[in-house]
Amino acid sequence: MSFGEHVKRFSSRSVSMLAHYQAKVPNGIWQECPHCHASFYFKRAGQYRVCPECGYGFRVTAHRRLKMLTKHFEEWDADLETKDPTEFPEYERKIKKAQSATHLKDGVLTGKATIGDYPVALGIMDPLFIMGSLGTANGERITRMFEKATKQQLPVVLLTASGGARMQEGIYSLMQMAKISQAVNVHSAAGLGYISVIMDPTTGGVTASFASQADITLAEPKALYGFTGKRVIEQTINKELPSDFQSVENSYKRGFIDEIVPRERMAERLTQLLSILEAKKWGEA
Amino acid sequence: MTSSTRSVIAGARSDRKANVREMIDQLLTDFFEMHGDQVAGDDPAIVAGLAKLSGYPVAVIATQKGNNLEDRMATHFGSPEPTGYRKSLRVMKLAEKLNFPIITLVNTPGAYPGADAEATGQGQMIAKNISGMLKLKVPILTLIIGEAGSGGALALACSDQIWMFENSMYSVLSPEGFASIMWKDAHLADKAAELMRLTPDWLLKQHAIHRVIPESMLVDGSLKTAMTSAVRELSQQNVADLLKKRATFFRRF
Repeated sequence: MSFGEHVKRFSSRSVSMLAHYQAKVPNGIWQECPHCHASFYFKRAGQYRVCPECGYGFRVTAHRRLKMLTKHFEEWDADLETKDPTEFPEYERKIKKAQSATHLKDGVLTGKATIGDYPVALGIMDPLFIMGSLGTANGERITRMFEKATKQQLPVVLLTASGGARMQEGIYSLMQMAKISQAVNVHSAAGLGYISVIMDPTTGGVTASFASQADITLAEPKALYGFTGKRVIEQTINKELPSDFQSVENSYKRGFIDEIVPRERMAERLTQLLSILEAKKWGEA
Repeated sequence: MTSSTRSVIAGARSDRKANVREMIDQLLTDFFEMHGDQVAGDDPAIVAGLAKLSGYPVAVIATQKGNNLEDRMATHFGSPEPTGYRKSLRVMKLAEKLNFPIITLVNTPGAYPGADAEATGQGQMIAKNISGMLKLKVPILTLIIGEAGSGGALALACSDQIWMFENSMYSVLSPEGFASIMWKDAHLADKAAELMRLTPDWLLKQHAIHRVIPESMLVDGSLKTAMTSAVRELSQQNVADLLKKRATFFRRF
């Protein structure tokens, strides 16, 4: 056998062997970052589920995201469920599937939490519940969170992640934007603080309402934050856009975000902010 | 698609509705058009200014598609950019200061999905307009004359009275956009339109709007009379009641 043949045989075997071994690797052991496409052993993402190469925070369920922020949480309105207002075909089945994937009745977790030593109304949207889309049930839950926060004189911390309006709920979905904005207005008029945290992705009607109405806007690194989907923009202008066009890093440069905070430092940063917002006012005893 | 949905969409997109200035002339007098957002420019997709309705002062804000190709390119077929939403909010705040009621005329497929619009805060400006409108201490009457799609339409329709022409549509997204999201195929817009329930009759039944207006009322002058009495009635309410009713209307969804 010539040397060339050896190489050929060796390399073809190694490729086939690699495929063989690859098939034996359980799913999820190797992960690829959807942002920078680095591959890594899953444990390297750590308890915060962050890409070890670029710092992108993976999309995780609201329950999992909650554990990264606080241990003290009392849930509100856990049973709110959509009534399928436009009687959309196949919608009920889709909801059931999302419910079992997220252990939520709809795409947001809300309640009273303690961050640092500070009581807050906390909301976390779940990107794994039909893309975190905004419908009547999660819209109602977010509205009630602002209303309860106003009544109990609590600041609000809301982590957003959403593909935008829930198509299956039509005009009812659009109306959530006005309904929640109204509750944000009342909370704001009471002099209470509202901090939003832009997670990946925050888009469409959520961007065009409560995600962008906060007093202080934080974001997770490399998250997507925009209104119109990139594909639609590209079709409109007939030009390809850079992949980071709607990154929070770009939004920050354009002046729409106060600070980009790594996931593992979020609780600490929120605690600092709350310590200022909740500090005793000048003239108070 | 049923014939009724088909005729509503065809009517909503009819060229006859493209020029909102003609409609302003039919409904209002002494229209003074204001220009610019005083930040970045003047969006031709939003026509805004001061005028009189039956002798009484109002502010008017309308989306404009334009009736020739050149105008339509400039207005992106009636799709406002952030400068347009800023101009709109500027005129609304002026109306509030002067204690003028506001009339908005809506005919837009949605906010413009351009790269510059996106980069200069399309979503953020819509968010600001929605929260700004909900707080305005003057009556707001909206008439949807053609298309009203997405947050781009809602940013002009957080109002005390929302009326729709018989042949107009109001939806979470254009049927094309809806089909593109649901089935990744904008050509299924007809199928989408049927499922979307965007017709005035259905929306009235859901109490998402207040009144359906036959288009003949524009021609025979009765729309002007109806608007005048509606604005008068809203103006007689005290501000706290007005704002409470506006909030309650949206709270029910």
